Amino acid sequence: MLPPFPTEKKVKNGMCTAQKDWGMQDIEAAVARHPAHRGSLIPALQDLQETCGYLAPEALAVLAKHLSISVNEIYGVATFYTQFRFSKPARHKIQVCQGTACHVRGGHMVLEEFEQMLDVKAGEATKDGQVDLERVACLGCCALAPVITVDGLVHANMGTRKVPAILAPLGVKEESKAT
Amino acid sequence: MSSIAETYTQAESDWKALESAQGPVFYVGAATCGRAAGAGKTIERLEQEIQSRGLSARVVETGCIGPCCLEPVMIVQTPGAPQVLYGGIGPEEATAVLERHGLGGEPCAEWALGTMDGSVWKGVGPFQDHPMMAGQVRHVLRNCGIIDPEKVEHYLARDGYRGFLRALEIGPDGILEEVKASNLRGRGGAGFPAWRKWEFCRSVTSETRYLICNADEGDPGAFMNRSVLESDPHAVLEGMLIAARALGATEGYIYCRAEYPLAIHRLEKALGQMRELGLLGKNIQGTDFSFEMKIKKGAGAFVCGEETALIASIEGRRGMPQPRPPFPAVSGLWGKPTVIHNVESLANLPQILVRGGAWFAQFGSESSKGTKTFALAGKVNRTGLIEVPLGTSLRHIIEVVGGGSPGGKSVKAVQTGGPSGGCVPADQLDLPVDYESLTAAGTIMGSGGMIVLDEDNCMVDIAKYFLSFTQEESCGKCTPCRVGTRAMHAVLDRISKGLGTLEDINTLEEVAMTVKNGSLCGLGQTAPNPVLTTLRYFRHEYEAHILRKECTALACSALVEYQIDETRCTGCGACRRACPVGAISGESKKTHVIDPKTCIHCGACLNRCPEAFAAVYRQSGTVLRRETPKKKSAAAAPEESAS
Ligand SMILES: Cc1cc2nc3c(=O)[nH]c(=O)nc-3n(C[C@H](O)[C@H](O)[C@H](O)COP(=O)(O)O)c2cc1C
Ligand code: SF4
Ligand code: FES
Repeated sequence: MLPPFPTEKKVKNGMCTAQKDWGMQDIEAAVARHPAHRGSLIPALQDLQETCGYLAPEALAVLAKHLSISVNEIYGVATFYTQFRFSKPARHKIQVCQGTACHVRGGHMVLEEFEQMLDVKAGEATKDGQVDLERVACLGCCALAPVITVDGLVHANMGTRKVPAILAPLGVKEESKAT
Repeated sequence: MSSIAETYTQAESDWKALESAQGPVFYVGAATCGRAAGAGKTIERLEQEIQSRGLSARVVETGCIGPCCLEPVMIVQTPGAPQVLYGGIGPEEATAVLERHGLGGEPCAEWALGTMDGSVWKGVGPFQDHPMMAGQVRHVLRNCGIIDPEKVEHYLARDGYRGFLRALEIGPDGILEEVKASNLRGRGGAGFPAWRKWEFCRSVTSETRYLICNADEGDPGAFMNRSVLESDPHAVLEGMLIAARALGATEGYIYCRAEYPLAIHRLEKALGQMRELGLLGKNIQGTDFSFEMKIKKGAGAFVCGEETALIASIEGRRGMPQPRPPFPAVSGLWGKPTVIHNVESLANLPQILVRGGAWFAQFGSESSKGTKTFALAGKVNRTGLIEVPLGTSLRHIIEVVGGGSPGGKSVKAVQTGGPSGGCVPADQLDLPVDYESLTAAGTIMGSGGMIVLDEDNCMVDIAKYFLSFTQEESCGKCTPCRVGTRAMHAVLDRISKGLGTLEDINTLEEVAMTVKNGSLCGLGQTAPNPVLTTLRYFRHEYEAHILRKECTALACSALVEYQIDETRCTGCGACRRACPVGAISGESKKTHVIDPKTCIHCGACLNRCPEAFAAVYRQSGTVLRRETPKKKSAAAAPEESAS
């Protein structure tokens, strides 16, 4: 069996990662989609992350049993790859591209602006659990650099001045930082 | 399942019917880049208009035709007239084009880029005369932006799978001869001749062989492979069938970055279509050739682009490179002979089989045959995906195709090969783009990323940027790579903050050589290239940082002072509120000042100062830069005071 893929609708709406409701039966269904074979490990982890939004410990326990390997070994593999996360995702996800094309056109300044406005460092979630701020190496839209994604949707030709307009619909206002 | 011959007849007549449709047809570029530029809204608008007006018109979603800077792009076709390509088509423009061209039969000159068939039509010249097309030869990209990538019929109508059918006829040895004659070299970076790798693999006796398509596209700043996968997935898959037939491979994997969901989606769909057409599975087209393909999503590790690490990742392990030999061609995935090819290497194969290896070898330079796609980005006017014969000069690509740097700034350097490559200075732009010339200049061809740098880019900062990338992506297996990349990054960081010494330059050079020679895989072996090339061509910039604490490009924030121009400041207070450390003081409606001792050089004040005033300026050493104020507009109006 092949791992599941984002449907056209999901791709269009860019909803590959948002927070979801899930239960043990979803985890078991996700795990059962993969043959009990070592080569299934990474696809199954990807599947579980898509199901739960992160690699929940209870999900890894089910997977370990299915593949007959230890949970520790799963952690060993999963921590190698930047895609996997081990804590609950925030409501919204903002990825700021730090690829070369974006860097030379000021992508790092866009990231700093987000860090300042959200009062977090890249890789962290805001204290209210609303926004995850992530850095990403190239989204493949380099010609439209700098690029960011908000909940999977690409915004091109970004600049520091466009940051407030991106954050406003997520409930973050510029005034909140004013002293 | 109908026979493939019938399918061709049907596909060709469908394609003709589309091309000679009675009503207008709008082909909108809807690859990831097009969507990011708003193609979705354009399509939505067109569909609304067509429905509300009850038109017999069609909208076709195509891939990326190349000029990303002009997106969203759209080709309009009306009966009896040549197709016209338009650029910059948002919803409003879409309505106008629909009315004036689609219904009125008159081209909209203001957005037209050219006709697609090379004719002049009502004042619109051929698109191939557009400067961006000058010198381009599109073989790999021949279908990109022309066909609907989700319709295999479109691909079939344009000679799709004819290369593979010929491959079945001439058999493995015949294929190998054809590819040998073409002298196709791997497009993933190293440029190893494809036929040599195949012969190597075929010389090993084994029941099982694997073929892997490397679609990991790790170079951060490159998107050639994404474009091809999204715009013409069948070309890559047909290439896999051909290579698999030549190798006697039984199973194939496509290892694709997870950051490319649309590419993965289109590959999925294409695999389903192949199965329906009897091009995948057991006894393909009634022969003894059986082949299965699976997609594997990458999990975000640059090092997994390296062959042995990629294999480890498919096997469900940490993506750590292994010493070679044994080479994967002898012992690869699950210990079986495995050939790995880049997306573009594979996408070249169908045409080589259809038109012959000799045809392919007519293009390119003596040692580097064929064409190469490049993702042109950075400080260049016309960004996008291009394809030129190997041996074309960098100058032609950047100045003619790319149209130079924006804002009248001068090109300083061009970076090729991503983190494994280096920077070629502007005075060497006459260098031909082929494997040997670029290596001699200290960089590499890489997979096709090409980033143009202008006078606002600091070369110390660029070297530091790449080292921060490689030190993060080093898998940590070899000490020189793990420790050395970190050490180089630390030195570069020091220099960029004005804390470096001349001794540091020697340290950098020494560490670079240690890492180059002492690393197991290509990541470590090439990681010093960005440092070595910038030291070779731009040593004066390093010295300016060290001796004069000056960053001429004003890019290294620690060396840039922020100041407020009292003749322009209106005392609106935007900067004062934005400063995270409270370094700015001043009463409302009076000139503000920045306290240099408190300032952390973050640039928040520069960003927040309303564009209409542009009162904040920057200085580094003797270099001073003011932004010119913009005309007061709604967007640039001063912010409401919160207090
Ligand atoms: C660190 C590292 C990253 C690499 N990343 C890629 C990549 O993203 N895409 C690719 O095709 N080749 C990449 N390569 C090169 C591959 O290892 C391999 O040489 C290539 O896929 C072979 O295909 P080709 O013969 O068709 O060029 C990388 C190599 C190294 C050392
Ligand atoms: S050179 Fe670097 S990335 Fe490659 S195997 Fe060694 S430590 Fe890992
Ligand atoms: S570098 Fe940012 S999208 Fe490629």
